[in-house]
Amino acid sequence: MTLESTRTATGAPAPVGLLIDATRCIGCGECARACRAEHGLAGELTPDLSASAYTVVREKEGQFVRRLCMHCIDPTCVSVCPVAALRRLPGGQVVYDADACMGCRYCIFACPFDVPRYDWEKPFPVVAKCDLCHRRTSRGHQTACSFVCPMGATVSGPRGALLEEARTRIRNDPGRYVDHIFGETEAGGTAVLILSGVPFDLAGINTAVSKQPLPETTWRVLEKLPYVVLNGGIFLGGLAWIIRRRMQFQRHPELAEDLPVEPAPPKGEKP
Amino acid sequence: MSPRSHRNLGTPLPLVPTPPPLILSLSKDASGRAGFLRLPRWNLTLPSPWKLVVGIVLAWGCWVTARRFWLGLGAVTHLSDRMPWGLWVGFDVLCGVALAAGGFSVMAMVHLFGFERLRPIVPATVLTAFLGYVLVSVGLLYDLGRPYNMWHVFIMHNPRSVMFEVAWCVILYLSVLAIEFSALVMERFRWTRALEMLGRITVPLVIAGALLSTLHQSSLGTLFLIVPGKLYTLWYSPYLPLMFFFSALAVGFAMVIFESYLSAFAFGRSLERGIIRELAHILLVTVLFYLGIKLQDLFARGALGALFVPRMETWCFWLEVALLAVPAAMLLDERLRADEHATFLSATLVVLGVIVNRLNVSIVGTYAYSGASYMPSFEELSVSVFLTTLGVLAFGFAVRFLGIFEGHDNGDGPTPALQKPAEAA
Ligand code: SF4
Ligand code: SF4
Repeated sequence: MTLESTRTATGAPAPVGLLIDATRCIGCGECARACRAEHGLAGELTPDLSASAYTVVREKEGQFVRRLCMHCIDPTCVSVCPVAALRRLPGGQVVYDADACMGCRYCIFACPFDVPRYDWEKPFPVVAKCDLCHRRTSRGHQTACSFVCPMGATVSGPRGALLEEARTRIRNDPGRYVDHIFGETEAGGTAVLILSGVPFDLAGINTAVSKQPLPETTWRVLEKLPYVVLNGGIFLGGLAWIIRRRMQFQRHPELAEDLPVEPAPPKGEKP
Repeated sequence: MSPRSHRNLGTPLPLVPTPPPLILSLSKDASGRAGFLRLPRWNLTLPSPWKLVVGIVLAWGCWVTARRFWLGLGAVTHLSDRMPWGLWVGFDVLCGVALAAGGFSVMAMVHLFGFERLRPIVPATVLTAFLGYVLVSVGLLYDLGRPYNMWHVFIMHNPRSVMFEVAWCVILYLSVLAIEFSALVMERFRWTRALEMLGRITVPLVIAGALLSTLHQSSLGTLFLIVPGKLYTLWYSPYLPLMFFFSALAVGFAMVIFESYLSAFAFGRSLERGIIRELAHILLVTVLFYLGIKLQDLFARGALGALFVPRMETWCFWLEVALLAVPAAMLLDERLRADEHATFLSATLVVLGVIVNRLNVSIVGTYAYSGASYMPSFEELSVSVFLTTLGVLAFGFAVRFLGIFEGHDNGDGPTPALQKPAEAA
C-alpha cells in the first residue's frame, strides 16, 4: 500500500483500515511489540488483550491470528459512552479520551468483540484498546503493526481498497482461504478485515456476532422516548385534571351547580 | 401537602405489643411529640447487640471505602474484563433504583389519580425515594472507575447512549425528589408560606417525577438491549424496557407495604389496615401484569423451551418467577389479602423476586457468555450492606426528626397498647 492510496481524490484522508491475512502470519509477534513501543505501554505482553497489550497474536488450529479492536464503522462502544469519551474519527479510527471517561465500563460490557480492557489494579483506571495508530494514520502513514510486519500479513490502507484486495486474494487462491471476509458485514462492518485459512469459529473468532450495527438495538427504544414524554405528559396531566375536578365537585357540590351555562339570550332580541 | 393533610384514614390496628426497637430512637417530650425546633438527642434504648452489629458494619464499611478509593476496584472487587459489571451495578444501582420506585407511583396515585386513602403514607414514601436515590448516587461513586468525572454528563453529550439518558433522568428526578422532600422539612418547621407556594406546583412536579421515572426505570432495561449475543435468552428480550418498568412499579408498591409494616414495629405506631389492603390490591394487579408480559414475551420469542433446559440459568429464572407467582397467588385469596401479616409476607417475596431479577439480568445472565465465574467479593458485599445500613439509619433519623408519622398523632393517635414503654412512661 502506498501512502497516496490513503487519501481520497480531494486530498482528505479516506477511512483507513487493516487487512489481516492469517494465512500469511508466521506468529513472530513483531506487530504486538511495535504496538507497545508506539503507545509506550509498560507491563508484560499478556497472552490475551490487556491494558498492556492492545493487540496479541494467538495460535489456533495451526494458524496465527491477531486480535485487536475491529474499529467498527458504527461502533457500539462509541454509541454507549455517556460522556463521548470514545469517538470515531473521520478517518475511521475509534479513539478514547481518558480525561473525559468516568469509568462506567459500559463500553467494556457492550463491545460485541470483547475488546476494551480495564486497568483494574489502578485506583483510577483507563480503558485500553487499539486506536489504529490514529496519530500516524490521520497523517497518511501506516499503522505501526502493518509497518513492521515482515510477511505483509497485516497491511493498512483505505477500507474500500482493502476489501477489493481481500476479494482478489480469495478469488485467485480459493483453496487457501475460507470464502468469507470477517469484518465485511460483522457488526455492520468494521475497518479491520480478517482472512483465514481455517473456519473462523475454529480460529478463535466469535462468528455469532450480529450482522446489524448494535447501536440500533438501543436507538430503536431511545428514539421513542420524546413521544413517551409528550404523550405521557398530556395523558397524566389530562387525567389528573379530570379526576381532581370531579373530586372538587364532589366535595363542594355548590361549585358544580354554579357552572352550568345559563341559557344565552336569544339572538336578535335586545334587552 | 398542608401540615394537616395526612390524616389517619384507615382503622388503627393494634399489632404485636411492644416490639423491640430496631432503629436508633430519639427522645420525645411528654406529649409524645418531638418538640418544635429542638434537636433530637440520641436515646440509648437500642439493644446493645444491635448497636454492636451496626457499629461493626459501619466501621468495616469505612475501612473498605478507604481501600476502594486508595487501591482501586481490582483490590476490593472480583470484577474482570469478562465481567465488568458486578454486585454494585446489579444491587446498589439497579435494585436501588427499582426499590425506590414507590415514590413516583404513590405520589401519582394520590396527587393525580385521587387515591386519597394513600395520602397518609406520602411523607414516608417521599422520604424513602429520596434516600434511595441518594444512596444510588453514592453507590455509583464506588462503582465508577473515575468518579470525579461524573459531572461530565453535564458538558459532554451523547444522546445515543442509554447511560447518558439514565444519568440525566436520575439527576433531574433527584432534584424533583429533593423539592418534594423539602416539603417535609418545611412542614417540620411550619414554613406555611413556602409550603403554599410549593403546593401550587405539586401537580406539575408529580407529573414530571412520573415521566422521569418512567424513562429511567425502563431505560435501565434498555441498557441490556445492546448485548444480544451475551445475555442469556431467558432474559434478553426486546421487551426489557417494559419489563423493567412494570417490575419497578410492582416492587415500588411492595416496598411501601414492607416499610409501613416494619415502621409500625420500629416506631411503635399503629398500622393502617385500610392502606395496606388498598396497596395489596394494587400490588396484585401490577405483579400479575408483569408476569403476564414475561410469559407473553417468552411465547412470542419462541423461548418457552428454554424454561425446561436443565442449567443454572433456568433455576435462577424459575426462582425469580416463583418469588413473584407465589405472592400473587397468595394475594388472590381474599382472606390472605385481608390479613396484613400475609400481605407483608407477599410484599417481601415480591421485593426479593425483583432483586433476584435484577441480579439475574446484570450478573447471572452473562455468566455463560463471559465464561468467567464472578462471585462478589466480601468487600463488595460489605459495601452494599454498609450503604443499606446507612440508608436505614438515615430513614430512622429522618422519621424522628421530621415527625414523618406524626400526622397520626394529630388524629386518633396510636393505640395506647402500641406505645413503647419508654414513651408511655
Ligand atoms: S471492536 Fe469494540 S472497541 Fe473496537 S470499535 Fe468496535 S465496539 Fe468499539
Ligand atoms: S468506561 Fe469510559 S469510555 Fe467506557 S463507556 Fe464508560 S465513560 Fe465511556
